[in-house]
Amino acid sequence: MAECSGRPTTWKAWLAGKWYMDQAPGDYWRAVFTSPFNIITGIIICVGLVLTVVRFTQGLEATTNLTNDYPWGLWIGFDVLCGVALAAGGFVIGSAVHLFGMHRYHSLVRPAILTGFLGYFFVVVGLCFDLGRPWRLPYPMGAGYVVTGSNSFGVTSVMFLVGWHVAVYLTVQFLEFCPAVFEWLDRKTLRKWAIRITIGATVFGVILSTLHQSALGALFLLAEGKVHPLWYSPFIPVFFFISAVVGGLSMVIFESMLSHRVFHSQVAHHDPAEADRLVIGLGKAASVLLFTYFCLKWIGVADGQHWDLLNTPYGYWFLVEMFGFVLLPCLLYALGVRRQSASLVRFTSVLTVLGIVLNRLNVSIITFQWNLEDRYFPRWTEFAITVFVVTLGLWTFRFMVNRMPVLYDHPDYPPEH
Amino acid sequence: MVIVNVSRRGFLKKAGAVGLGGSLVGLAPDKAIASEVIAASDDSMGVLVDIPNCIGCRECEAACNEANGFEVPTEEELKDKSVFAEHRRPGPHNHTTVNQFPGGGDGVEARPIYVKANCFHCNKPACVSACIVGAFRKLESGPVVYDAWKCMGCRYCMVACPFGIPTYEYDNPLTPQVRKCTLCSNEGNPNKGGVPACVKTCPKECLTYGKRNDLLARAHEKIRSEPDAYATHVYGEHEVGGTSWLYLAPKGASFEELGFLKLGTAPPPLRTERIQHGIFKYFIPPLAWYGLLGAVMWVARPNADAAMGKAES
Repeated sequence: MAECSGRPTTWKAWLAGKWYMDQAPGDYWRAVFTSPFNIITGIIICVGLVLTVVRFTQGLEATTNLTNDYPWGLWIGFDVLCGVALAAGGFVIGSAVHLFGMHRYHSLVRPAILTGFLGYFFVVVGLCFDLGRPWRLPYPMGAGYVVTGSNSFGVTSVMFLVGWHVAVYLTVQFLEFCPAVFEWLDRKTLRKWAIRITIGATVFGVILSTLHQSALGALFLLAEGKVHPLWYSPFIPVFFFISAVVGGLSMVIFESMLSHRVFHSQVAHHDPAEADRLVIGLGKAASVLLFTYFCLKWIGVADGQHWDLLNTPYGYWFLVEMFGFVLLPCLLYALGVRRQSASLVRFTSVLTVLGIVLNRLNVSIITFQWNLEDRYFPRWTEFAITVFVVTLGLWTFRFMVNRMPVLYDHPDYPPEH
Repeated sequence: MVIVNVSRRGFLKKAGAVGLGGSLVGLAPDKAIASEVIAASDDSMGVLVDIPNCIGCRECEAACNEANGFEVPTEEELKDKSVFAEHRRPGPHNHTTVNQFPGGGDGVEARPIYVKANCFHCNKPACVSACIVGAFRKLESGPVVYDAWKCMGCRYCMVACPFGIPTYEYDNPLTPQVRKCTLCSNEGNPNKGGVPACVKTCPKECLTYGKRNDLLARAHEKIRSEPDAYATHVYGEHEVGGTSWLYLAPKGASFEELGFLKLGTAPPPLRTERIQHGIFKYFIPPLAWYGLLGAVMWVARPNADAAMGKAES
């Protein structure tokens, strides 16, 4: 292992190289504490930490507007449902490259997998705020059997499937990302093993994603009388799956746009024309999928015989979602592809992401309990905790991208094929 | 009661073993679905509610609160009719509520109608099916009960319940529980295993406790013998696959006007459980899917010869 040039021998050297990125510690910390982005997000995180204490000492009643009629609010509707859907990029790009041989997109695999991994990780963090007793999160995994001595496997529950899948998929994505970690740490042998696992893990990840993305929709199959009929359909698992794939693709486009602005030194060697071609390729796929999704959604309306409901306030809202946030992005993506305009595709990705968020919130919050007069609106503390969790995710993402070979190939290691 | 306990424990052991021995995604075969077996039980107990008999005295609310250790309304409070001004739903500290609805007819006939709300104790409960840790159980004797020591507080039961019955102790930061009527079969309830407190206390014999099958026969007998007093529908006989609580409405009033939801006869969990068990049938679909994707990956692998050459150099 002596040939591993980058491997530091003392912990001080390790810290200087791996943490401070060869800057003087004083300079490093000064830069950390004076960056305007850090000051703003730092305040958010401080508020979030205080609210975390309030949440776990005063309870959900003090921090949320949840009621017995609205048991799920922003933390499930946004943090979990949107978080998982928008983190689908890891599995979409991973399967495109590894399964379907679209090796052009190879440079997008690592950022997508890192987003996926961190996305899921912070979904679980967000979930812990919402659960009444989050320390029992491992109960359905068998810990419940150990602790309580009685069966705690809710095998009939779709939630059981989701829980297991998120846990296993989190592990799979961690394994998929391991090669980058080992390259950063200069662990050649470990990296070789990690890459071998990656191939099998990718296939496994696709299966897990197919199932739990749709299962998140299937959760609402039990709430037939509560989700508005225009959004409720026996096809809701299919809707959730397809829209998650679109959401994943759009997030990859959106994120590559941000990365090129924020981490420009790391992508300096990228050919901008090639980056545009990749973005346009993703936009093409997203356009076709959005069109499929648009048509399927109408089949859902036809299946339920709900045409008359379109002429109601909820119906108008449904039309806003369908035309403004499904068909419009679909056409804009198509236009961007036809005109070879990467910037139009990038703009459309933002609109699409908003559309996916709108759909998840419509199903879980906005049209949920549509028969009741009392409406749920999140308390400011719910928004604050959500922003806090997202900010933690951004910090972690930035920390890793700055240090690990995510946006570029490590010079000492050949690409993984 | 003994029979119920033995069989329950047997089921738990079996399901636990299946779950533990099961593979990564851990889905047990169909046989482990307890509720399906239990739903067929002839011994299932229930309550028949004769809505026309109810006078809105709310003694059942008081008795329920007392049995469950909640704050009991005073006699003064029970007489106060202003509580009927707004619709009240059962909460974490009151498992039953009586609401007032305008009666049909004119003059003397216009007497308001009172309807008691509480858990219906479904034959095939959505909360049981929805629970990720199996904290809800449908007992052979009828009640749907909750094991707080397993619950992680995801509140999917509350989302799933077609009647919107389960409530949550949002004000409890560390040990919040889902709370709902247990048909007085919860631990520490003085009526445990016997006649529920609300039935015991009802001064107008509006509530009848008994075997569900007998109650159904009695309900239909009432409809037959007093066609002018009762509507012909027994709510809970077929709704969502049948419920342990059954309701008779006064003639001329529809259940929907009385705050009852119009629900289908299929138990909601059937759809999700069918999908879930189909997908994991003997684990063949996931393995086949894995194999297929693996094959695609093998075919689509980057130029195999080039890769070999790279490895040799």
